[in-house]
Amino acid sequence: MKIDLSGNTKIATRDSYGNALVEIGKEHPELVVLDADLAGATKTGVFKKAFPERHIDCGIAEADMMGIAAGLACCGKIPFASTFAMFAAGRAYEQVRNSIAHSELNVKVAATHAGITVGEDGATHQCLEDIALMRVIPGMTVLSPADDVEAKAAIWAAFEYEGPVYIRLGRLAVPVIYDPQEYKFEIGKGVLLKEGTDLTIIATGVEVYESLVAAQRLEEEGISAEVINIHTIKPLDQELIAASVSKTGKAVTVEEHSLIGGLYGAVCETLAQCCPAKVLGIGIHDCFGHSGAAKKLLQEYQLDAEGIYKQIKGWL
Amino acid sequence: MDNTNLKLIANEIRKGIVTAVHSAGAGHPGGSLSSADILTFLYFEEMKRIDPKDPRNPERDRFVLSKGHAAPVLYATLAEKGFFPKEDLLTLRKIDSYLQGHPDMNKVPGVDMSTGSLGQGFSTAVGMALAGKMDQKDYRVYALLGDGEIQEGQIWEASMFAGHRKLDNLVAILDYNGLQIDGKTSDVCDPNPVDKKFEAFNFHVIYADAHDFDSLRAAFEEARKTKGMPSAIIAKSTKGKGVSFMENNAGWHGKAPNDEEYKQAMAELEMEK
Repeated sequence: MKIDLSGNTKIATRDSYGNALVEIGKEHPELVVLDADLAGATKTGVFKKAFPERHIDCGIAEADMMGIAAGLACCGKIPFASTFAMFAAGRAYEQVRNSIAHSELNVKVAATHAGITVGEDGATHQCLEDIALMRVIPGMTVLSPADDVEAKAAIWAAFEYEGPVYIRLGRLAVPVIYDPQEYKFEIGKGVLLKEGTDLTIIATGVEVYESLVAAQRLEEEGISAEVINIHTIKPLDQELIAASVSKTGKAVTVEEHSLIGGLYGAVCETLAQCCPAKVLGIGIHDCFGHSGAAKKLLQEYQLDAEGIYKQIKGWL
Repeated sequence: MDNTNLKLIANEIRKGIVTAVHSAGAGHPGGSLSSADILTFLYFEEMKRIDPKDPRNPERDRFVLSKGHAAPVLYATLAEKGFFPKEDLLTLRKIDSYLQGHPDMNKVPGVDMSTGSLGQGFSTAVGMALAGKMDQKDYRVYALLGDGEIQEGQIWEASMFAGHRKLDNLVAILDYNGLQIDGKTSDVCDPNPVDKKFEAFNFHVIYADAHDFDSLRAAFEEARKTKGMPSAIIAKSTKGKGVSFMENNAGWHGKAPNDEEYKQAMAELEMEK
């Protein structure tokens, strides 16, 4: 598989979201898009421009938006409810759980501005708990794509999948690593990006690119890291993770999310069952974020390639 | 349907509620009995586009029990209408029953939306009404709200949206019995004036007596004739209506009758016949 680590083209996955919606909207009249006064930021604005009659702005009322989406799904629509991760998974948690997931309704929750890379808006808007909150809900599929190509594919896959899906998207423009002609996305199937023998790095979202760059540096020093992209947090590709870690004997998880209940938690739960191994969790250590440029925050929380490299070196 | 028959059906539904809750040993009789006449009118006169043999027909009228704890009245009504056997009411809340403590759309034929967590059902009804408008369908959507339930902020988010979108295919019915678990709604956290609130959210407000079929008939007719805005029917009701010792007593919000109380309640309802 061709992987581009040049970082020459950068696109935020929220932009991928808006663009994918327009593509799907052209073919599927049952697609409806809901927003809560953030159409400019979540990028559903491009869908609104193309299909104004199928874009529903609910105003600043996320709980109600989730309920309206559930009601629309009851009547054959395929709604994508969009807002920031903090308000989708946080504020409207119980509506997502009870009105959508418990009712087994075909609603997609698209949550942009996830993680520390929200940047300047600071702690109240940096959701570092959404993976944990969403993956604990029975029947909820949780997606966390890494780049533009994967995000678009994930949106399409979520649309075609019957049932509730949570999609974690970002504000920060991130390098496009996949070749759109070649890349195939399948819900629940992790992607082996680089083979290695000494340890397995399991990354998700914006941390996939950073982990690949970190693995390159380790390689230069004779440390062979296998890199897996977990774009589906739930259902987790246990087979791929177990096969890799039983080969390498060590695992490192990387996410811009709390280590509690996130990818680290999910991977540890799996490994504890099938092949106990030492696992280094790279992520947010039980704290809130703060304001600052996204890049600076990634540096501070050691979630850029350099920080990942250093943490792995220190751990080995 | 004439009022005499509606009264007979409502009485059967009340017996179903009391029997189910007694059998379960738990449940919510007060708010179920207060809304028994409203559901009778909806399912046996107002909602013409429903068919117990085809409960998922996309063209059907829809009912959302936003005050989901009144599940016994919904189950008793659906059973009376023929969606499932009446004897199943005896399995309410039991471990192997499909009749859950709160309505589950994936388990019970005729339940249009799973509800129970207060405030949430109304938003889903709004979504259904919106879908009807988008698809230019003729079905109507009815949601029953509790007067305690409207303390939930989500009710007003949904109301603002419904008013804004002029959803005249939507009717909110307020089971206005004045009581909630902790006592009088006016003592706990007064939701009044309820009429002015719905008016302020751009609803057409209609008053009705929740236990008078002529009054309910007039109210639903007025709602159907109201164009360009959703309607809210404020249905003045008596909590526990039909069972003397349960009437106007918040203590019967979520309590099952014991065997003695059950016998007395059933005897009173039998006399009603």
